[in-house]
Amino acid sequence: MERKIRVLVAKPGLDGHDRGAKVVASALRDAGMEVVYTGLHQTPEMVVEAAIQEDVDVVGLSILSGAHAVLFPKIVDLLKERGAGDKLVIAGGIIPEDDVEELKKVGIANVFGPGTTTTEITEYVKKEIASRSK
Amino acid sequence: MKDTKNGSAEWEKKFSKTCETSGVTNPSGREIKPLYGPADIESLDYGRDLGFPGEYPFTRGVYTTMHRGRLWTMRQFSGFGTARDSNQRYHFLLDRGQTGLSVAFDMPTIMGYDSDHVRSHGEVGMCGVAIDSLKDMEILFDEIPLDKVSTSMTINAPAAMLLAFYICVGEKQGVSSDKVRGTIQNDILKEYIAQKSWIFPPEPSMRIITDILAFCSDHVPKWNTISISGYHIREAGSTAAQELAFTLADGFTYVEAGIKAGLDVDKFAPRLSFFFNSHLDFFEEIAKYRAARRIWAKRMKEKYGARKEESLLVRFHTQTAGCTLTAQQPENNIIRTAYQAMSGVLGGTQSLHTNSMDETLALPSEKAVQIALRTQQLLAYETGVANTIDPLAGSYYIEHLTDKLEEEAEAYFEKIDDLGGVVKAIDLGFFQKEIADAAYRYQREIEKKTKIVVGVNDFVIDDEEIDIDILRIDYRVEREQTEALKKLRSERDNGAASTALDALRSAAGGTENLMPRILDCSRAYCTLGEMIDVLRDVFGEYKEPIVY
Repeated sequence: MERKIRVLVAKPGLDGHDRGAKVVASALRDAGMEVVYTGLHQTPEMVVEAAIQEDVDVVGLSILSGAHAVLFPKIVDLLKERGAGDKLVIAGGIIPEDDVEELKKVGIANVFGPGTTTTEITEYVKKEIASRSK
Repeated sequence: MKDTKNGSAEWEKKFSKTCETSGVTNPSGREIKPLYGPADIESLDYGRDLGFPGEYPFTRGVYTTMHRGRLWTMRQFSGFGTARDSNQRYHFLLDRGQTGLSVAFDMPTIMGYDSDHVRSHGEVGMCGVAIDSLKDMEILFDEIPLDKVSTSMTINAPAAMLLAFYICVGEKQGVSSDKVRGTIQNDILKEYIAQKSWIFPPEPSMRIITDILAFCSDHVPKWNTISISGYHIREAGSTAAQELAFTLADGFTYVEAGIKAGLDVDKFAPRLSFFFNSHLDFFEEIAKYRAARRIWAKRMKEKYGARKEESLLVRFHTQTAGCTLTAQQPENNIIRTAYQAMSGVLGGTQSLHTNSMDETLALPSEKAVQIALRTQQLLAYETGVANTIDPLAGSYYIEHLTDKLEEEAEAYFEKIDDLGGVVKAIDLGFFQKEIADAAYRYQREIEKKTKIVVGVNDFVIDDEEIDIDILRIDYRVEREQTEALKKLRSERDNGAASTALDALRSAAGGTENLMPRILDCSRAYCTLGEMIDVLRDVFGEYKEPIVY
């Protein structure tokens, strides 16, 4: 049987806005993926630990407080340090256009802003993971 | 005269020839009929269900004169960067005719971490102002006389500390604590339910809150001690009925906690205030405010034995719905906000925040916040909507919706009681699941296009270039705060600071009121993080049940 895509939906940082993260988690689950949601107020170390423990293919990060510019790159670096740099890392939140370019440079594969449909996200994840396993 | 019931059947027949009578729902998922009539409000009794403004059950408004006597307070939620940065924004807003202040704190302050804490890295000054000690608070209110202006502070787990800082700023300005006016949000139950900025577990959190209730009724009589908030419940995705029910259920829980702590209900209940969302569905929102007033008044009188009229009143602040704003065609948000603000005013709000058009992109720019404030001034001075009190009363639709919302809230109260009360229901993840389900349902409706969001799933501009200036916070703020903390810790009397913290620790371990100890810590320039660390040691930290 084909292995289901495994996704960690994570809320690094201090903000408590989990509506988006939970909607995305539900949509990925309904699209047939195995989803683990970390809960709130995670440090980068906690997120990376969970990603490795849960052996996920995808890490989805959500921040709405403005701390993305510091915390997202830190998570990518920690993943690499721990030999898990091959995971697909995607993000969402209140992230200005200029920051999106910066985040892509450091290894965030895609950033989904307000107004994104869950279908866009699930299709993107499926396509990326399929192209990687070829 | 034509019989109204038969008339209605006749009309329905004609209508259904060309039009579906069912299948239209609002964003709360409520089925809306094309027409409401006398049959929908058959049981309505004016004296019993509505009354005149300022009269029980206060459905039509909490004051006799409402906006004719005094307009709502125009209060823009604002704060970013350092205390100096935010102080300048406050002066700007007051110069433009704003009539009250509302402080937004950054995430480290909200979570009780100092700016130099490892968990604060990247967050300092980002989505609000960074406040580490009384020193920052003195700068925040520089040249703002606390006997003239009222201040609302959106702060919950560390509300006692921020209130203490505010009282101390007053002392320095020569304004005694019985003269300062304002609000702390201090609504920890909705943090567990929706906004999710908690520190301690529910039991010690409720103790801090009852300490505040007791302290303020003796020493800070003009302070609103809890702003019982539906805003965040709605933003997290709830329906209007859920917002109404969960908020009032939280309110009743605070009342019960106060009574259990031995306080006289009429001593603390008059200082409880409310904070509601103003969402998309214009009429449902108006009905929601009316239902809130009626339900609260009835329960406070009948169940909790309040005798003072002030204990029965839902005095409330309104904020337009941030979650309805779109990043696409951001200028459209000006219009969304204006309609939402109007429903707040028609619903009889005491205070209003209008969102800025750029808030899905960043914190508001000066230009954007000025337009938002002007929206309120237009409503107040040009549209005429403030001339008549509760002008939609008697409308078949509005009265029907008001009744419906009350019924739905009562059903939720029963359900919550069955689960063992609000705190137990939080442990079980009941509210969290209800809200997450409603949010997901709404998102699916948007994706199926059964709900239209202008500029997002319809009326889209391809390859839209967003052309508005946005406010950026840089890392100067974190550096400056960290340096200021270093300076504070080297210049203050550290002996006095640690004595004050020790006293707080022993009070927390016992039963004495924490407020005097927190005030002593503030005066000794203990930092917020130091005080919270002491309480974390004694009280422990909350762990959420994960549901979605």
